Amino acid sequence: MIKKEIQVKADLLGSNKAVAATIREKLSQRGILTLNLISSPGAGKTSLLESLASRIRPEHEMAVIEGDIETERDAERIRAQGIPAWQIKTGGACHLEAKMIGKLFPEIPSELDFLFIENVGNLVCPASFDLGEHIRCVLLSSPEGDDKPKKYPKVFTTSDCLLITKADLVPLLPFDIERAKKEALEINPALQTFVISSLTGSGLDEFVEFLKISLQNLRQKYA
Amino acid sequence: MHELSIITNLFELLEEKAVEQKANKIVHVKLQVGLLSGAVPDLLKTSFDIYKKDTMAAEAVLEIEEVPLKYQCQDCKTEMVKDDYIILCEKCGSTNLKAVAGTDMFLLKMDIEI
Ligand SMILES: Nc1nc2c(ncn2[C@@H]2O[C@H](COP(=O)(O)OP(=O)(O)OP(=O)(O)O)[C@@H](O)[C@H]2O)c(=O)[nH]1
Ligand SMILES: [Mg+2]
Ligand SMILES: [Zn+2]
Repeated sequence: MIKKEIQVKADLLGSNKAVAATIREKLSQRGILTLNLISSPGAGKTSLLESLASRIRPEHEMAVIEGDIETERDAERIRAQGIPAWQIKTGGACHLEAKMIGKLFPEIPSELDFLFIENVGNLVCPASFDLGEHIRCVLLSSPEGDDKPKKYPKVFTTSDCLLITKADLVPLLPFDIERAKKEALEINPALQTFVISSLTGSGLDEFVEFLKISLQNLRQKYA
Repeated sequence: MHELSIITNLFELLEEKAVEQKANKIVHVKLQVGLLSGAVPDLLKTSFDIYKKDTMAAEAVLEIEEVPLKYQCQDCKTEMVKDDYIILCEKCGSTNLKAVAGTDMFLLKMDIEI
């Protein structure tokens, strides 16, 4: 019997990163701006997508991939807005992985402008898995409290964009919007921040403007 | 609790290397886990012990080296270790910092018996 020490130095998420990079490249070639929405359960991801539908169409085409542990409910909510949606049921897994998106890829129409991926409601696990998105958005709803960024640093440091949601509830809560922004920007100064309410529609126009500019930038880069 | 899915990836890597080396057994596995990797070392160990049963690594011990979060200032090039995650250069006050260690997880080495 021989004993041997093997030096490896391999990234444990290397296979996920490789699949994600392939997906991102294909999406970029097709000019489809892709977003990965991450938040704790119930922060308002599906509600945001529902209220974006009428603001994005008819000028632009959007589609949605829904990730949930169980049920088709979120995909059905999106389809009710006339938007194509695919439901991924993870069957217990607390996050989406790039290979799950890869499997769906053949079904995604190529004439899209925006593809939204709604991750499983969880502020921790999805942060470690690149899905091939161009923009990662973390949603923080006002009832969750303004102290969350430093308690869940991974998701806030890896995101490009912070959406403070349920702004309409802020007057009822001890939630300090400036404190939440400051906490988040201290650990990620590059975050683009938006304060929105899907219920009243406040802040959504600014966010849609940001999406359109990001789409233009992507297409210029890949033209 | 995504640690189990990370351990699943680890076993794919371990099996690939073990076959390459014609190993009979894996006896020791060493990982490097960054403070900001998003995984919890204790949960990785628990997941490893659940997963290893009936594999070539059934008796293997998992060792984890925890890697602190290290940034390099892109303006003055100072390197600094941070446990508060705050992006602010201690020397020049710049917020133009880049993480150079502590955000990933690696399989560093494995001990096998042939
Ligand atoms: N007041 C208020 N309520 C909102 C707003 N957005 C969403 N909600 C409510 O918050 C609850 C959760 O919203 P969802 O959109 O289902 O949240 P989600 O993040 O998709 O939830 P999961 O997919 O289960 O993680 C629902 O009862 C919504 O009506 C908002 O802007 N203001
Ligand atoms: Mg939802
Ligand atoms: Zn500096």
